[in-house]
Amino acid sequence: MAYFLQQLINGVTLGAIYGLIAIGYTMVYGIIGMINFAHGEIYMIGAFISLIAFLVLGAMGVTYVPLALLLVLILAMGFTALWGWAVERLAYRPLRGSFRLAPLITAIGMSILLGNLVQILQGARVKTLPPTVPGGLILMEAEGFAVRLSFLQIFIVALTIALMIGFTWLIKNTSLGRAQRACEQDMTMAALIGVNVDRTISATFVIGAALAAVAGLMVTLYYGVIDFYIGFLAGIKAFTAAVLGGIGSLPGAMLGGLLIGLIEAFWSGYFTTEYKDVAAFSILVLVLIFRPTGLLGRPEVEKV
Amino acid sequence: MSAPLLAVDHLTMRFGGLIAIGDLSFEAQPREITAIIGPNGAGKTTVFNCLTGFYRPSSGMLSLTHKNGQRFLLERLDGHLITRTARVARTFQNIRLFSNMTVLENLMVAQHAALMKASLFTLGGLFGLPGYRKAERNALELARHWLDKVGLTAKADEAANALPYGDQRRLEIVRAMCTGPELLCLDEPAAGLNPKESADLNQLLLSIKREEEIGILLIEHDMSVVMGISDHVVVLDYGRKIAEGPPSHVRADKAVIRAYLGEAEDAEEDAC
Repeated sequence: MAYFLQQLINGVTLGAIYGLIAIGYTMVYGIIGMINFAHGEIYMIGAFISLIAFLVLGAMGVTYVPLALLLVLILAMGFTALWGWAVERLAYRPLRGSFRLAPLITAIGMSILLGNLVQILQGARVKTLPPTVPGGLILMEAEGFAVRLSFLQIFIVALTIALMIGFTWLIKNTSLGRAQRACEQDMTMAALIGVNVDRTISATFVIGAALAAVAGLMVTLYYGVIDFYIGFLAGIKAFTAAVLGGIGSLPGAMLGGLLIGLIEAFWSGYFTTEYKDVAAFSILVLVLIFRPTGLLGRPEVEKV
Repeated sequence: MSAPLLAVDHLTMRFGGLIAIGDLSFEAQPREITAIIGPNGAGKTTVFNCLTGFYRPSSGMLSLTHKNGQRFLLERLDGHLITRTARVARTFQNIRLFSNMTVLENLMVAQHAALMKASLFTLGGLFGLPGYRKAERNALELARHWLDKVGLTAKADEAANALPYGDQRRLEIVRAMCTGPELLCLDEPAAGLNPKESADLNQLLLSIKREEEIGILLIEHDMSVVMGISDHVVVLDYGRKIAEGPPSHVRADKAVIRAYLGEAEDAEEDAC
């Protein structure tokens, strides 16, 4: 029981991180129907920017942890959003209206480019961050096993929930959110009633990148180790989460992220850590075969 | 007389060897309903597509003059700018509402450009700046005004695709009105409406013309609508203008009768 609870806590934490990345996939897919394979790298860049921000703030003598966290959060979201915007502007927008595979190929190209760029700029070796948010609670002890809930885990889950509520509100209630939903349905008509479609798409990339940056920050804090290659695996897993939840659906991405996190945690906890990625990707295969629309996705409606 | 609202000047649209519109010139005045009629394939919708930036005309000039004298060359503007700055709004033959959004949201998104500016691209909106709140209040007010006008206030929060067909048609027209147009282009707004709905539509269009003082450009097959409300009729056949004038004049035109009814030995004067 205690062991189960511990895995549940770990799984939810992991799921929160995957969910945040998955939102970026699902939003971009919803609005322009492409899978942004460079999104994992955006998340990796978010992790690096967080790390650099921590080190810079540390050097500047900002040692009060909540303040440092807040500043790093803002910096990481801002700068990563800039990357997301630039990628869309330089690599995807010029190809809009081109043949269907073009954006996909470019996305893969961007993914490789960003990965290698960080490798050149930051080196291939792993970077470490000393534990910044120490401490935690011991929820229960049974059979000599203590269930730990660290403050960091509380922070991650609470921040994720807050961001998801805020984000859902944004999509539902703001003018930008309405424009995004309008573009998702009928881009031509949206343009005809005065929505700047290009700008709305840019905003989508910016928001997705900002959320991925938060995930990057969380991973940096949680594991304390990052390298230029983390984007690939996390990206594919978040993509799996988006597909599992139903790509194009926002609640789906959140649910999918949570499920992938839980599956991975329980799989590693009860079977073996070595094959935890196999578990996640088997889910991807099964979903694609048996329920291509995902758990919360709508069946594909052919656009006129 | 002041400049016409819309001047279509020697407009030609070629698709390869096909001439969809050949050397078409006509004018539309503000505070008037100008109907474009003609048999299927005459090029009516192509005219709209040129006006709203879907097609780049092969040649010709499309100039729009606002009430305040500002002038725009539509063939040089990009899609969303045609709505935003030149203030041309359009509806389609098939209904293109944002069907998953509510009725009210459909009208709000039509005011996106103004709201976006007021909210400083969303950031200000998130912090509830007074300027944005005011803009949003105004937008809601305008939306409610138009909902009232077409009797959809009670259905404001329903999904747009849950409305009956006639309501969807009217919602589409008022959504176009929410963009604050100077020229409203309607592509067969009466298609599929029953006689009562069609009469309601006439009233709506007449009141828009009267109260908003804008020009309406209308493509329509329903002759009761065309003859009932338009001030000026342009008749196309095979992409060329074959007649133009007030409805009574066009109705009696020999070339028009020929185009609609086929070659007749002596076409009757009162045929329609």
